Amino acid sequence: MSKSGISSPRTPYLLLLPGLIFLFTFFILPIINLAQSSTQTKIDGGDVNDYEQTFAFNNYATAFLDNKEQFGRSFLFAALATVLALAIAYPLAYALAFKVGKMKNILLVLVVAPFFTSFLLRTVAWKQILGENGFIVPILRKLELISPATTLTSTSFAVVAGLTYNFLPFMTLPLYASIDRIDPRTLEASGDLYANGFTTFRKVTLPLSMPGVVAGTLLTFIPAAGDYVNAQLLGGINDKMIGNVIASRQLVLTDYPTASALSFTLMAAILVLVIIYIRKAGTEELV
Amino acid sequence: MRKVSRWFQRNLIRIYVVIAFTYLLIPIAYTIAFSFNNGGRSNLVWKGFTFNNWLSPCGVDNKVCTALSNSIQVGLLATFFSTILGTMIAFAIGRHKFRGRSSTNLLIFLPMATPEIVLGASIASLFLQSNVNFGFWPVVISHVMFCISFVVVTVKARIASLDPRLEQAAMDLYANEFQTFRRVTFPLVAPGIAAAALLAFSLSFDDFIITNFNSGSDFDTFPTFVWTAAQKGIPPQANVIGSAMFVIALGTVILAQIVGRKRAVK
Repeated sequence: MSKSGISSPRTPYLLLLPGLIFLFTFFILPIINLAQSSTQTKIDGGDVNDYEQTFAFNNYATAFLDNKEQFGRSFLFAALATVLALAIAYPLAYALAFKVGKMKNILLVLVVAPFFTSFLLRTVAWKQILGENGFIVPILRKLELISPATTLTSTSFAVVAGLTYNFLPFMTLPLYASIDRIDPRTLEASGDLYANGFTTFRKVTLPLSMPGVVAGTLLTFIPAAGDYVNAQLLGGINDKMIGNVIASRQLVLTDYPTASALSFTLMAAILVLVIIYIRKAGTEELV
Repeated sequence: MRKVSRWFQRNLIRIYVVIAFTYLLIPIAYTIAFSFNNGGRSNLVWKGFTFNNWLSPCGVDNKVCTALSNSIQVGLLATFFSTILGTMIAFAIGRHKFRGRSSTNLLIFLPMATPEIVLGASIASLFLQSNVNFGFWPVVISHVMFCISFVVVTVKARIASLDPRLEQAAMDLYANEFQTFRRVTFPLVAPGIAAAALLAFSLSFDDFIITNFNSGSDFDTFPTFVWTAAQKGIPPQANVIGSAMFVIALGTVILAQIVGRKRAVK
């Protein structure tokens, strides 16, 4: 670490102060607020939005038990979307790093191109593409791959497909960044030592790209687990995720204690999963 | 038959890349195509080609354009504040050793590891409990909050990639600390700051979940407008704006790449 910057010992604190005050006020404090609100109960005979602090910790039990299906579905859908996105993005990132030559820059722009238009418009577009008036359903029906009564929207399939699609660039970019850093000579060396393609992939490419795999899966899983846009636009009533419940509790029913308890549980569950995952992925990388 | 299968094998990767990009780009093609649809209020079925939507991009009630203008204002303010605050933090972490450095790093990492819905619900509960009415400023504040971390990470990476000898050289040539910062450090970090600002703007502009929790019922950004409209049919004007955004952003990035390459050649 070079000390060539401005060297007064107070400087770093002065630089940090405004940003940290902001983050404290609008990130830490709100989380504390969320915790407070999660144990409140409605005032008897009070207005619609009147809640008082009663330290009702059973809010958590009620909120969780009432919505355990949606919780399970959130983690299942997010996990499926993460695995699918990894399966689609890995070969793509590999091709971008090693196989496309001069096209690399333009193709990288195309990977982030979905970000250039609105996330909601893209999801709505999927709803139309997969819907009755889209071009996919008639083709599948003509080929008799699906029965005339089968629809693609309002299904779990559509929700997972939507999640996979929406977070695919978040998976592809970190994978590309870490695969691109691999020296192609290590792959040649592996071949020279009589490893076949699969062994080279398993022993050389994959371990070297692990940082990208970890970053990409986190960047896909975390937002996917909290998402409610895909479930709302592409799913049916039986495909609701925990995000849908939190949004409707908070924004429609103004049931803030339940919304807060669910948010808090979701955050805690994701944090625990992320910590376990980073530890595990980290040790595998060392082995 | 053997020839076909051999061609297939040789071009397997190319075929895969084409399929993957088709998947990535199909909804965008759909959005652009339906901006030319003569569909009236509900833009669900293709009813014929027209330029009318592009000629009246605000529609009859002007709601799309109000939402768009709100999104741009929120985006610019959120970018301005988060870039300044985030860059200062990045310099502190990237250029100084101080007590509490690792807890600062953790504080920066946490908002990125928290699902948006939790960030949205928690900051909304702060505004609710302090009786602040939802709308423009709560949305700006919530956007600054989640953009800061991304700015810090982007600028910090740029600072870390600098060669410290450049600054030492400036000092050797009798530049004082301020001159070194202004003439050497800052110009070298500037591209990272610009990239962070662009990232912050695009994150803010496209954010839906956090905005939805803090906008209240009378204030719409472009994403919340699309969300509300999606219940009863999205006007084709939303597709016009989405398509225009796409073309402008793509054009800017390609232009930047061309300019960058020309500079590199020089």
